[in-house]
Amino acid sequence: MTKWDWDYLIQDDRVHRFVYTDPEIFELEMRKVFGDTWVYLAHESEIPNVNDYKTTYLGLRPIIVSRDNDGVIRALFNRCTHRGATICRTDKGNTRNFICPYHGWNFSNDGRLNGVPWGRDGYGESFDKNELNLKQLAKVESYRGFIFGTISDDICSLQDYLGNAKELLDQWIDRYEGELVVRSSAHRMTLEGNWKFVFDNAADGYHVSFSHRSLLAVGERYNLEQDKDMTYFGKNPDRSPMYVQYLGNGHVFLDQRPMYNQVGDRWEQQRPQPGREAYEKTIREKFKEKAEDYLDWTAGAQMNLSIFPNLLIIGNQIQVIEPISVNQTQLTWYATTVDELPDEVNTLRMRSQEDFPAFGEPDDVANFAECQRGLSIPEVEWVMFNRGYNVPDRQTTDKRGVITAPVTDETPMRNYFQEWKRLLSVERRKVNCQE
Amino acid sequence: MPGIENTSLTSFYVTPQFYENTLADVKRMEDDFLPVSVERKDEAERVLLKEARLLDELRLEEWLSLYSKKCLYWIPTIPGGGDPRKEVSIAFDDRRRLEDRVYRIRTGYAYSQLPLSRTRRMITNIEVTEGSNENELLIRSNFCLHEFRVGVLRSFAGWTGYKLQKENDDWKIAMKMVNLIDSDQAHKNLTFML
Ligand code: FES
Ligand SMILES: [Fe+2]
Repeated sequence: MTKWDWDYLIQDDRVHRFVYTDPEIFELEMRKVFGDTWVYLAHESEIPNVNDYKTTYLGLRPIIVSRDNDGVIRALFNRCTHRGATICRTDKGNTRNFICPYHGWNFSNDGRLNGVPWGRDGYGESFDKNELNLKQLAKVESYRGFIFGTISDDICSLQDYLGNAKELLDQWIDRYEGELVVRSSAHRMTLEGNWKFVFDNAADGYHVSFSHRSLLAVGERYNLEQDKDMTYFGKNPDRSPMYVQYLGNGHVFLDQRPMYNQVGDRWEQQRPQPGREAYEKTIREKFKEKAEDYLDWTAGAQMNLSIFPNLLIIGNQIQVIEPISVNQTQLTWYATTVDELPDEVNTLRMRSQEDFPAFGEPDDVANFAECQRGLSIPEVEWVMFNRGYNVPDRQTTDKRGVITAPVTDETPMRNYFQEWKRLLSVERRKVNCQE
Repeated sequence: MPGIENTSLTSFYVTPQFYENTLADVKRMEDDFLPVSVERKDEAERVLLKEARLLDELRLEEWLSLYSKKCLYWIPTIPGGGDPRKEVSIAFDDRRRLEDRVYRIRTGYAYSQLPLSRTRRMITNIEVTEGSNENELLIRSNFCLHEFRVGVLRSFAGWTGYKLQKENDDWKIAMKMVNLIDSDQAHKNLTFML
């Protein structure tokens, strides 16, 4: 039992400031949200070969994601079973064995304890090597390259968990003739705010023309008539064909694709990236009738797909939320490359992927930090998500249960918080770990 | 459409060859530098110190005028640079994007720079050598930068590679590559100029 009255804290059109500010609730979240759900860990292309690994976190738990010697992808707790040291301290690499730097226990990359120094002579009868293998996540599954893990052993399959988000993820992946991979380094930022500000914001069409006002204003430097990426949010967005959706299981979606109807629109509306004119010329000359598609593909997908709790598909990037503490979060933007696309296209894509993390996200991040500061005031309790709430004929629910609303509505936040409440209300029976 | 020479609004010069040249310049930064004359070294230093002063005084338009029309302002994520065609950078700005960067701050709506960062930077370990001809200089230097914003003082350190080019008797910055010692790590707010 906890002291929290979740029905009071999470209401239909508002949530209590405590869910962003209370360290105890944060601790519960690190077990019940980052633990009992399928949490995104890594992309398979980051560990393409046998014995490759990368280190990451599941909530606050240090994890090694490894492709073992048989090619099986595993998520090992990065914690020596001897006295607790992390056994791996590098971001990524290739190894068959992890040798603990503290007293030299040797583990293979499938988690087995191979041996201890000087053989087992120093240990008595009760010493059983098999009891001291690395602990692993209860389940690891991937869907089309995206690796997820969970510490819950009775959770549904990953595909069922993705649910209605699955076909949107498919659409994001299937934009290209070629495989979407993570080969580049990443753009990382920290923010002085709770991790949920990032999730709230990911399907928020309300903030764009305000929080990103400076970015949208940069377009004025070019004196252009036509819309540039996102300027359409400033023009009565509720009447636009854009929309937001609640997909179920906490997943949310904001679709800007309806603003791009013709081949060539994406290229046309994209904010200019370095080398745009030079590369356009080369691509048109070299690839003739393919060029229009190639140029469109240098732009982002215009899909903001958020898979609860920590995976945000935005533009061409895979953005990952990593909570650090109740009021600190790291955001990592993994840039993607598309194998089989010409180098020229991938180079331009790379320059496009530097635009928003530099000119857009920092202003949101500044606003998240200021929200955190504002929420420190005990006398003002509520965070309101009431845009579109109880307004007749504003939202629709289809057969699958997907709720669709105008793009500025706070439907995504209202609904994912109900899922959050459900997860926080569950009494966990035990810590779930696979030997 | 603005012409090929108007690099404030177009970017015809960032070609595949431009990337090759950039990588070749970076490669040269790894070598020991053959010395240049004391006069040359002094000219180079004056560009660096002036740049630092203009940035610290937030005279961003004057700062832009120190850069050549076909410049590169590059903050890699990979220590030592990596291949920018394959790696994402914190900034890989041509002249146009660099002007965008300044323009955005000047709109008064860039909340990540409201209030503006206050900075002061120290530049040391300056080494200068001639580039591919006598109208080109390559420079390596170290920096330590203190930044203050919203009640927090932070510091940044690293080394910078420069390529200067002579244009009508003035040295202009053709390339500035800022290598933070923690370039591959997360930062809170890099919206001020490094
Ligand atoms: S803590 Fe790992 S061997 Fe002792
Ligand atoms: Fe935003």
